[in-house]
Amino acid sequence: MELNTLTAHNLMELLKKGDICPIDICNNIINKIEKTEKSLCALAHFDKEKVLERCSNLSKGAEKGALWGIPIFIKDNICVEDELTTCSSKILKGFKPPYNATVIDKLTGLDAILMGKTNMDEFAFGSSTETSCYGPTRNPWDLERIPGGSSGGSAAAVAGDEAIFALGSDTGGSIRQPAGVCGVVGLKPTYGRVSRYGLIAFASSLDQIGPITKDVEDAAILLKAISGHDEMDSTSADMPVPDYLSGMKKSIKGLKIGVPEEYFIEGMDKEVKNSIKVAIEKLEKLGAVCEDTSLPHTEYAVSVYYLVATAEASSNLARFDGVQYGLRADNIKSMIDMYKKTRKQGFGDEAKRRIILGTFALSSGYYDAYYSKALKVRTLIKMDFDKAFQKFDAIVTPTSPTAAFKIGEKISDPLTMYLSDIFTISANLAGIPGISIPCGFTKNNLPIGLQILGKPFDEETILRIAYNYEQNTDWHRIKPRLI
Amino acid sequence: MTYEIVIGLEVHLQLNTKSKVFCGCSTDFGSAPNTQTCPVCLGFPGSLPVLNRQALELGVRVAIALSCRIAKEIRFDRKNYFYPDLPKNYQISQFDQPLAQHGNLSIEILQPCGLQDEPSAMAQKNIRIRRVHLEEDTGKLFHQKDYSLIDFNRSGIPLLEIVSEPDMNSPEEAYSYLTALKSILEYIDVSDCNMEEGSLRCDANISIRKKGDSALGTKTEIKNMNSFKGVKAALEYESKRQMDSLEDGKRIIQETRLYNAEKCVTEPMRSKEEAHDYRYFSEPDLAPFDFEESLLEKIHKGIPELPEPKKNRFIKDYRLSNYDAAVIVSDKDTADYFEKCANLYVNPKAVANWLMGDISAYIKENSVSIKDLNLKPERLSDMLKMIDSGVITGKIAKTLLIEVIKTGIDPRKLVKAKGLEQISDNNLLENAISETIAENQKSVNDFKNGKDNAVMFLVGRVMQKTKGRANPNKVNEMLREKLKGVK
Amino acid sequence: MAINKDTVKYTANLARIELSDEELDHFTGQLDKILAYVDKLNTLNVADLKPTSHVLKMKNVYREDAVKNSLPVSGAIKNAPLAENNLFKVPKIIDIEA
Repeated sequence: MELNTLTAHNLMELLKKGDICPIDICNNIINKIEKTEKSLCALAHFDKEKVLERCSNLSKGAEKGALWGIPIFIKDNICVEDELTTCSSKILKGFKPPYNATVIDKLTGLDAILMGKTNMDEFAFGSSTETSCYGPTRNPWDLERIPGGSSGGSAAAVAGDEAIFALGSDTGGSIRQPAGVCGVVGLKPTYGRVSRYGLIAFASSLDQIGPITKDVEDAAILLKAISGHDEMDSTSADMPVPDYLSGMKKSIKGLKIGVPEEYFIEGMDKEVKNSIKVAIEKLEKLGAVCEDTSLPHTEYAVSVYYLVATAEASSNLARFDGVQYGLRADNIKSMIDMYKKTRKQGFGDEAKRRIILGTFALSSGYYDAYYSKALKVRTLIKMDFDKAFQKFDAIVTPTSPTAAFKIGEKISDPLTMYLSDIFTISANLAGIPGISIPCGFTKNNLPIGLQILGKPFDEETILRIAYNYEQNTDWHRIKPRLI
Repeated sequence: MTYEIVIGLEVHLQLNTKSKVFCGCSTDFGSAPNTQTCPVCLGFPGSLPVLNRQALELGVRVAIALSCRIAKEIRFDRKNYFYPDLPKNYQISQFDQPLAQHGNLSIEILQPCGLQDEPSAMAQKNIRIRRVHLEEDTGKLFHQKDYSLIDFNRSGIPLLEIVSEPDMNSPEEAYSYLTALKSILEYIDVSDCNMEEGSLRCDANISIRKKGDSALGTKTEIKNMNSFKGVKAALEYESKRQMDSLEDGKRIIQETRLYNAEKCVTEPMRSKEEAHDYRYFSEPDLAPFDFEESLLEKIHKGIPELPEPKKNRFIKDYRLSNYDAAVIVSDKDTADYFEKCANLYVNPKAVANWLMGDISAYIKENSVSIKDLNLKPERLSDMLKMIDSGVITGKIAKTLLIEVIKTGIDPRKLVKAKGLEQISDNNLLENAISETIAENQKSVNDFKNGKDNAVMFLVGRVMQKTKGRANPNKVNEMLREKLKGVK
Repeated sequence: MAINKDTVKYTANLARIELSDEELDHFTGQLDKILAYVDKLNTLNVADLKPTSHVLKMKNVYREDAVKNSLPVSGAIKNAPLAENNLFKVPKIIDIEA
């Protein structure tokens, strides 16, 4: 059996029965990586020997953690102690943090096996994983196409069966959009649900870590594993974490689902539009009550996002200066020269562009017109959702306006690239949870994602809708044939 | 031309917390380089700050002691600038919603006219406090010949910035402000206030204008002053420099100048200063803080009586002069000591004199604090009572005081053991006086020839003979009586 | 034009990024396009709105004043491009600024 193609909950059963050992799973994965990684480029750092070592160091006693023996991949912007953590950027060349992110402590505490780091857009700046210093990740469904981004490496690894499941991070759609275009499940939790400690910040008020998995059950398992209050993160919510696994299995009969008209815009892919319509009909058949609604400030989301996120990023990325870690330019004349040359050499185009944009939005004379205004419009976007959730239990939309586009297609036109996040950004601005699940294919055999958005801290309801949908469809069972 | 000097001060105060403001690293001074650092205060990627509540509470103590208006909700902001001692290249500080604003500090100044050093020449002046805010300290740079080294132990220590309005009009007033501020800060026990160790730092803004002008002149910012005296000296130099410039028809350039303590001058910074554009924005990693009334009340209750009200009370209750009271309350421990003695002994003025005289001298000479001084208030008051009741002389008391401090023995026992009682036996005195007259015929003659002063010399000799134990008034009296009879 | 080359140059300097002339041209054009798009925010009246900098309600998050273990100094400096005696080493800095 090819264990690498299975889900975590399948593997947990097999492990429990004693049919397989963790090393069997790891070996399957290693074999698969050796076969396909060259064409997929989903991984940033992978060390076979270390994986085998971790495998043999697993606790063998009776006390086994809930994720005992389950391999997991981690996006390259999440700190793992003494392991390369580089955000797929030259500027963090060689950086091995002397500490773990809280989510890593949680996962290893549950006896999961850390496999390595997945490729990403540099500092999570992108929607295509083309801006990585390690080269672009490819979509397992079509190697000429992008896997989405910025967690494209995690999504491609999961879709391509190089991984059982993986962690991603989502600032404006970076989990949901790649999950959508790679045909897997991606969940962005409510802001504050998962500790950000050890997640290298892109935009601190928007970032969340979340699971990318092969099915909804795995998403629930992984979300449960990483959620909860952390005293190291002041923005982490002190709220109980429900048992998602049992909660999601309840029927969705009577749940009220809003369908916002602003998410069915002109110019969006007809195939995507149709798939979503069909999916909504399916939900209605399952007993949900779907109704049109409006989130009137949706069209401003991209503008708000690219001011707020870049402003925060410009400050968060100021620390990459060659003083304490990472790259330092050679032949420097002075301190300022060192800063400027290091950052010139260390950052790619998109990082430079966003840092400059964010610096501009905050700078004297422009703050009110750009940054401050964006924060006020963010209030309107948040209010749209507050209002909608008075009436609805959840909102469904397409994850992206199109299926995966071609590598190189949008890279030279940043604004067009930014607009591919148009449906995912609002959830980050409002802090609410969202999940993307497979809901069909284009005629070119490219996956289409359905996005379900929920109330703050109500991941349970979106998992429940997703699970019910998934149980009654087969999309998640279809695997890419190319590799 | 008569000029008016205008000075505003910015004080940075390290707050006395055990751990840093946003992480659990120790704040101990003087540890080996980078041993008190962690991902948070090193600004490593992925690390996040969590507010130390004690730092905030100490900040509130200061704000209350300076009669500030405390914000209902405070927020932290990022102040963005690149500097190698700033590990994140932004400082977590407070911008538009600081901890507190609109405070006041009353300082002692000398009246412009009137006799200097006379108690009546002292007057009060109110200096307005613009704002008080909490921020994190930076690391420390060590400049070598060809490179610089950074220690981040200091990075993240809680700093309170206290900014005054430009209400001071002389370097003396600036000095007085700092003294008064330090005194308050020590009273409320929030900081070591040690300028040498850097726990208190001060920058100044100074400008001058023609007397009577309402518009402010161009100011310069003075940095790198390492003591209160240094602040005064720097401002004296800088005000004179500005006046000379204006007299020469030159303009003052707005700039930052560094004080050179060796040369006692201010010098423009060598590096080109860029226009500051700090791009402040609300710190997304920290939650806002609402002050509940109950918390403020709790902090308020913990604040002791402050120097100014204490001084007024001492003047009223103990009938001290303004000058004596001001000196005594400037240090909280001294004030507490005084008050204990004054409650044990009837004459507070005498206590004040001893405190400001012999005791203060001993403390200075031996660099001890009054708290650690081996002289309980009970002992001092016993000694004073012995003087009043004629058991010992004032002169003996001076040596006795040192003896008591050194040995810790009860002064009454010491007096007995060492036989220091005042000689009240007339026969003993008679003998000493007779001997003195016999031995000092010249002085006796002088006295007889009308030099009244000569008697003082003779009194001194008698005191010597009795090792200070004689009552000088009595000796004087008896001597004069005796000299009348001497041929 | 929402932004010109001088502003981009000034901003890049604030952000301590050196740009080649080519990059400067390139970025100016792209940023101008992005800012033109962002201009749609000006169609909204936001005068009475409060800015949202923390999206979910939270306040008074703090820790007690207790000392925790620091990193071993080797961990603190192990990633340093240059270090000397456990201190981070950088080019000479002119002037002392507190």
